[in-house]
Amino acid sequence: MHPALQGLITIVIGVGGCVAYYYFSNQFLDKVLYPPRGPRAGHNINRANLIRPWLFLFPALLALGLYLAYPVFETLRMSFSERLPGGGSAFVGLDNYSQMFAEPKFWEAMRNNMLWLIVVPGLSTAFGLLAAQLTDRISWGNIAKSLIFMPMAISFVGAAVIWKLVYDTRPIEQEQIGVLNALYLYFGGSDPQTWLTLPIWNSFFLMIVLVWIQTGFAMVILSAALRGIPEETIEAAILDGAKPFQVFFKIKVPQIIGTIVVVWTTITIVVLKVFDIVFAMTNGQWETQVLANYMYDKLFRANDWGLGSASAMVIMLLVTPILIWNVYNARKEMR
Amino acid sequence: MDNIAGTKSSLTWAVHISVVILVALWLFPTLGLLVSSFRTSDQIATSGWWNATFPSTQNLTLRTEPPKSQIEREGEFIIEGNLFGSAGSSQIQVYGIASNALGAYQVGETAPLRNGGTITVLANGDYQMKNSEAFKGKRGQRVFVTAETPPKFTLENYRNVLFDPANSEGMAKAFFNTLTVTIPATIIPILVAAFAAYALAWMEFPGRALLIAMIVGLLVVPLQLALIPLLKFHNFVGIGKGYFGVWLAHTGFGLPLAIYLLRNYMVGLPRDIIENAKVDGASDFQIFVKIILPLSFPALASFAIFQFLWTWNDLLVALVFLIDATGETTVMTKQIVELLGTRGGNWEILATSAFVSISVPLLVFFAMQKYLVRGLLAGSVK
Repeated sequence: MHPALQGLITIVIGVGGCVAYYYFSNQFLDKVLYPPRGPRAGHNINRANLIRPWLFLFPALLALGLYLAYPVFETLRMSFSERLPGGGSAFVGLDNYSQMFAEPKFWEAMRNNMLWLIVVPGLSTAFGLLAAQLTDRISWGNIAKSLIFMPMAISFVGAAVIWKLVYDTRPIEQEQIGVLNALYLYFGGSDPQTWLTLPIWNSFFLMIVLVWIQTGFAMVILSAALRGIPEETIEAAILDGAKPFQVFFKIKVPQIIGTIVVVWTTITIVVLKVFDIVFAMTNGQWETQVLANYMYDKLFRANDWGLGSASAMVIMLLVTPILIWNVYNARKEMR
Repeated sequence: MDNIAGTKSSLTWAVHISVVILVALWLFPTLGLLVSSFRTSDQIATSGWWNATFPSTQNLTLRTEPPKSQIEREGEFIIEGNLFGSAGSSQIQVYGIASNALGAYQVGETAPLRNGGTITVLANGDYQMKNSEAFKGKRGQRVFVTAETPPKFTLENYRNVLFDPANSEGMAKAFFNTLTVTIPATIIPILVAAFAAYALAWMEFPGRALLIAMIVGLLVVPLQLALIPLLKFHNFVGIGKGYFGVWLAHTGFGLPLAIYLLRNYMVGLPRDIIENAKVDGASDFQIFVKIILPLSFPALASFAIFQFLWTWNDLLVALVFLIDATGETTVMTKQIVELLGTRGGNWEILATSAFVSISVPLLVFFAMQKYLVRGLLAGSVK
């Protein structure tokens, strides 16, 4: 069967199935199980109202449990075991972890990830704040915003191609077609550089790609926060003789610090999961390895599920503080 | 704020310039790829794309007609023709007949040939070789020219990538595969999430706060953890690798954001409407279908855009759950990574393929930006 047709049928079955499930389960509850009639009508209504939320929630909870919650525990279990030839697995304790910690490639990935964690959220938030502040003050700000925001729609792989062209290298006797080398030679560089193979620097060249993508996100959120600042505070500061920079750093930034933290943590999560950019541009060669790509390497190239799961657990561990912080904040908000 | 004394600073022009620079910086890389996708491979390889609108100067090695085409006229042997095949728009500036003396002669000048005779090359590529005795050999004389070619753009790359049946890149197939992945994976989670969000927003039951907290927590769980357990699960239930698995996976991974976004939106809907409907005897199911769902359209739209962009641009989930050894079900992102690996130098194919793949999300982005921004502001946790 043609996959497009298969897709169409899946949509129909999926959507139809969902609608049918919700409709008939509600009908069943109201008409058969606890009809709101007869001598026990009140009792029945209460019973039905106790059950109904779970009817509404059931498919979502099933999917969430199976596709997100269960894998966390299964991965944890697998990180403590190894595959036996011929199927099955055996408990090996911390062996996978100690083996992983002994690998220099893992520490390279850790070091790079730490660099990514500092540079990308920092630069994206800073550029986003700058762009938000500047574009809010001009008439064509919305067009400017939408152009800076545009990379958000581009896939990491597409962005990798776009930036590979920027970093392209040609031999010295040919004309450079990569902007970076062209500029480098124009400003007096002697030899065209192969940017993506220069250790340490190449990691930064990869980070720029993600900064380029995430700045738009930071800008949109921060610009909304900036516009939410009460005008009186700014007017008062100006009347008291504050300079524009003072207004920005001493009046505006402290008032949106909560939003800045949200933006920062959100980009941090993206950074921890970053895979496509490294996979497409260097595949972890020349000391650009990051955790997510290291994990993919272990899982699907080395076929070592134990080690792969252990590195996935490291990513999970790094995400956990943010997870707790988000849950804590969400609960605070609900009260 | 601009009207308060002292704020309308003389720095306005500086702001304008800064924004222009910022926008230019952000646009420049994408523009490079777009321009490159309209150039021929020769043009891409010999000059930077920023020179695309200027005439490009190229060093070319061309050949005259072979000696067998010579004619004898008034006691002289003559070979005539055009170095480009026919007079085109390229203009030759200087030429040479040895590789170590590239620009030895101006156009119109007559150069002596090493094996006897002379050659004269004109700016449009016309040449005339003269000799008192017959030219010998099988091949024509090599001529090294420096020519200026006017800017030229072509749609050839797009024709090759999309419509050429002999094309080995299979971008057209990958395009439809991507579409096949994306559409069900966008539509199915919406409905599931909407019901759950309604329960979490407007129904009272024990454990509700805990569930919401759980969903907020699941928002940030890296999907990397889910790869192997779910692949094992899919193999166990017999789905294996394929569209069905990838649809399910995208549905599962998209649900936390969907529920979170929709719940936040639904909780903000006016309580009166819902209570009035209840008083009038509407059931929860009716309230949901007839009131909540239509009112939540903006939130549904913003989630749909997110999920669409995310599934269209995804590489990892497709690699793990969809693409099998046959490669029949490859998606565009995978195709491009493959091209990067095998044909990293063929920028015309790479640029065009990449642009084909990012054109759809860009279109959606510019058409539906309003909803995207709204969604981002409502759910900036993921």
